[in-house]
Amino acid sequence: MTVRFGVVVFPGSNCDSDVYHVIRDVLGQPVDYVWHEETDVSRYQCIVLPGGFSYGDYLRAGALARFSPVMRGVEEYAHDGGLVLGICNGFQILLESGLLPGAMLPNDCLEFRCGWVNLRVDNAGTPFTLEYRRGEVVRMPVAHHEGNYVLEKESLEALKKRGGITFTYVDESGRPGKESNPNGALLNIAGIVNERGNVLGMMPHPERCSERILGGEDGLRVFQSVVRYYS
Amino acid sequence: MKSESTVASCPWREMGLKDHEYRMIVEKLGREPNYTELGMFAVLWSEHCAYKHSRAVLRRLPTEGPRVLVGPGENAGVLDIGDGLAVAFKMESHNHPCAVEPFQGAATGVGGIVRDILAMGARPMALFDPLRFGPPDDPRSAFLFQGVVSGISFYGNCLGIPTVGGEVEFSRCYRSNPLCNVMCLGILRHDEIFRGRASGPGNLVMIVGHSTGRDGIHGCTFASEELAEDSESKRPNVQVGDPFMEKLLIEACLEMMRTGAVIGIQDMGAAGITSSCAETAARAGTGMEIEIRQVPTREEGMTPYEVMLSESQERMLLIVAPDKAPVVGEIARKWGLCAAVIGKVTDTGDLVVKENGIEVARIPAKLLAEGAPVYQPPSSEPRYLRETSCFELESLPVPPLPDAAFKVISAPTVASKAPVWRQYDYMVRTDTVAGPGSGAAVLRVKGTRKGVVVSTDGNGRITYLNPRAGGMWAVVESALNVAVTGARPIGITNCLNFGNPEDPEVFWQFEEAVAGMAEACRQLGTPITGGNVSFYNETEGEAIYPTPVVGMVGLLDDIKKRVSPWFNREGDIVAVIGEMPGEPSHLAGSEYLERCFGLVGGKPAEPDLGLARNLVEALVRGAEKGLYSSATDVSHGGILAALAESSFGPSSDLTSFSPVSGAEIEISPGENHRLDAVLFGEAVVAAVVSFPESNLPELTALARSLDLPLTVLGRVKGGRIMVRAREGAQVRTLLDIETRALRDTWLRALVLS
Repeated sequence: MTVRFGVVVFPGSNCDSDVYHVIRDVLGQPVDYVWHEETDVSRYQCIVLPGGFSYGDYLRAGALARFSPVMRGVEEYAHDGGLVLGICNGFQILLESGLLPGAMLPNDCLEFRCGWVNLRVDNAGTPFTLEYRRGEVVRMPVAHHEGNYVLEKESLEALKKRGGITFTYVDESGRPGKESNPNGALLNIAGIVNERGNVLGMMPHPERCSERILGGEDGLRVFQSVVRYYS
Repeated sequence: MKSESTVASCPWREMGLKDHEYRMIVEKLGREPNYTELGMFAVLWSEHCAYKHSRAVLRRLPTEGPRVLVGPGENAGVLDIGDGLAVAFKMESHNHPCAVEPFQGAATGVGGIVRDILAMGARPMALFDPLRFGPPDDPRSAFLFQGVVSGISFYGNCLGIPTVGGEVEFSRCYRSNPLCNVMCLGILRHDEIFRGRASGPGNLVMIVGHSTGRDGIHGCTFASEELAEDSESKRPNVQVGDPFMEKLLIEACLEMMRTGAVIGIQDMGAAGITSSCAETAARAGTGMEIEIRQVPTREEGMTPYEVMLSESQERMLLIVAPDKAPVVGEIARKWGLCAAVIGKVTDTGDLVVKENGIEVARIPAKLLAEGAPVYQPPSSEPRYLRETSCFELESLPVPPLPDAAFKVISAPTVASKAPVWRQYDYMVRTDTVAGPGSGAAVLRVKGTRKGVVVSTDGNGRITYLNPRAGGMWAVVESALNVAVTGARPIGITNCLNFGNPEDPEVFWQFEEAVAGMAEACRQLGTPITGGNVSFYNETEGEAIYPTPVVGMVGLLDDIKKRVSPWFNREGDIVAVIGEMPGEPSHLAGSEYLERCFGLVGGKPAEPDLGLARNLVEALVRGAEKGLYSSATDVSHGGILAALAESSFGPSSDLTSFSPVSGAEIEISPGENHRLDAVLFGEAVVAAVVSFPESNLPELTALARSLDLPLTVLGRVKGGRIMVRAREGAQVRTLLDIETRALRDTWLRALVLS
């Protein structure tokens, strides 16, 4: 099965080549970079918004990127049911553009945090999580300054109810708690999916844990899930 | 010629030039310089740019070897790593800016070294930050520490270049003069190496990146003087960093270089347009003509003096063939950058500056870039050494060892630096196979089996007590840190941080440390390919410890054979390869002495360089054969800290702890040995290794063939660190500590912010 991925490059994206590497060299699927000035992304089966500091993120993370030409294309693509995966800065951009609900505050420690965390997979039914088991605990790295997810109460209830939470920061045994939360995110939320199930945003970096030499392979299954979805 | 203002009274003094240097300028020019020209001389003839006091001494360092593709004198050194690939790397200091404005000082330090690597044609792949501060519980030091770390985090993370290593050490002498050294490494193909040369008269001079503002004027002059009470007022001399612009500049320049449009390229760092133009022209033996009105500026009405001396960040100078300027312009536009033709290369040998076509400065490029005087200042052995070196270590009492263990492990210099490096993105680019917290950084080279291994080291306290030994230790320590991973050390860059070289005692420290470093580099076969000297690290006559820092690069032929720093198999044998510590002199300059007795004393011995060379060999060959389960070198905190850190395991999880291991060992102190010196002695060439018992015969043979002692201490066992001493037939327990308790202390000892 061949699935064509597009990795969007904003000025300031810096995980674009990491995602590209995993898709091409580890997953073995065709992949292109998509320049931020392009407006039509319909030729791809999955669009990835990678991590980094789009436009420097001197304002609020993702606040400028949402106005870029490519995001008009991505919004249209998502509305047509296309698969969109936002990782870290990509997640922040999806929030800013309204494709996913909620917003990011600076981490509660007020510092950048880089390191490994434990995640529980709460919804294994999305096109991005098919290769996981529900309730499974996996390890992935995070690296961000603004990952403190917030959402107002009513929408949060709705999100929970419809299985919109896909990844939760937990301890080794799968329990969420203050100790296992690296950034203060509400309900330890690390990743969410939209109602239709085609747009997923996550703070952890699956592309950084897709090869054993980097300390783990739990992230590869995010990309494998997309391929399986089309199979 | 129009001169901006006449040279009144003695303006050169204001700019940091000495009277005799001014006379030399007048003599060589054959006339008095105008104000703009004087400013240009002042910055390029500053200690920071011209190495006036260090140049003669630096010639002692070995710079040649079969792997050296580019040695000192270019923007960065380049070493061959086989298969047509090479590494470009260099270390620099940003000490003075950090002393007055730690956040921007550190941020722009990162930016500068990244552009040096970029200028060689390499994609910058990794950053390392050796830092020194005063005690972290001192408010001023804590402010500087926090500011520098945030500045590195802000700039490096945004660039998407992982910060994968470095060290942080603390001592009162760095209170007013923190050290912020920054090293960058990039990978490139041999046929992609660029030079900072303005060759080919008629070629265009272009500036790409940020516009030029009034920031950082005379930054390098400021970096060439002692700090004083009014140094806070120099804050406007510190540049302001824009990492987003730098990220665009990296991508754009790499793209431009790939098109074949770029003939020469140079970073605009210290002394901005003046230095980049003068240096590129001088290297090529050409001249250059610049029209300052063509330089994109941030503000109206900037004078030629301001434009030429601005240290605005994120700018590169490009030499481009006339027909290729549109290609460069097109790529710059794509990345949203300014690119402007500001002049052309000439064959006159002069750097000519014009404003609206009217000449405002004309100086021979070679005179500016290479004509500064070289000094051989007087040196004399510091008086303090008489006191420190005859200190009687034998007379010290031995404190309760478990208490000492906790004290040493919680010393800020030994304690876990996770509070620092978890603020750095050390994983981006997905090449970090071993990152901060693991001794040396191991980076994979995608598309090959190779690994590049880097460690930065420098021990100010030891260098203070014995400068020659300190210079050697910096090289030996970094070589061993690289070799314990299984990598072969192949070359170094350095950053030499000292006080005022006009003080004969400081200069003596400098000469001795460089001599030691040169000797060690020769013995270990690791040439030096470039680096940086930072003098005048003193405030009101108080100098820092002489602190030579080395950045060692090593090469792993097969990254799968890398050796972990952590114990990983219960029952493995634990042994010391190399010198077994124990003599009182091994405590000289140790963390233990300072932490438990408040003492900085003794005379640390020079490392046995032959032994060090053989130990490197044993580590590399043993790793190739897969003999070791783990290996770590003996440094701060001695064997005890090495055992403890090998037992702690990685601390890269943000929200959980990896399981710990432990070791049960027995030591047999020799005659004249002290138990504390066995456990905490640092001044030894040694590594603590673990391996399956079945490998013991082969390792014993390997050690013997290299004339290295191999001392079996005990085994990897459980979650405790237990040390027994055998004295004759008697065995007594010296220490029995739960690893977890020791790790908790180690993890929590250092608090940032």
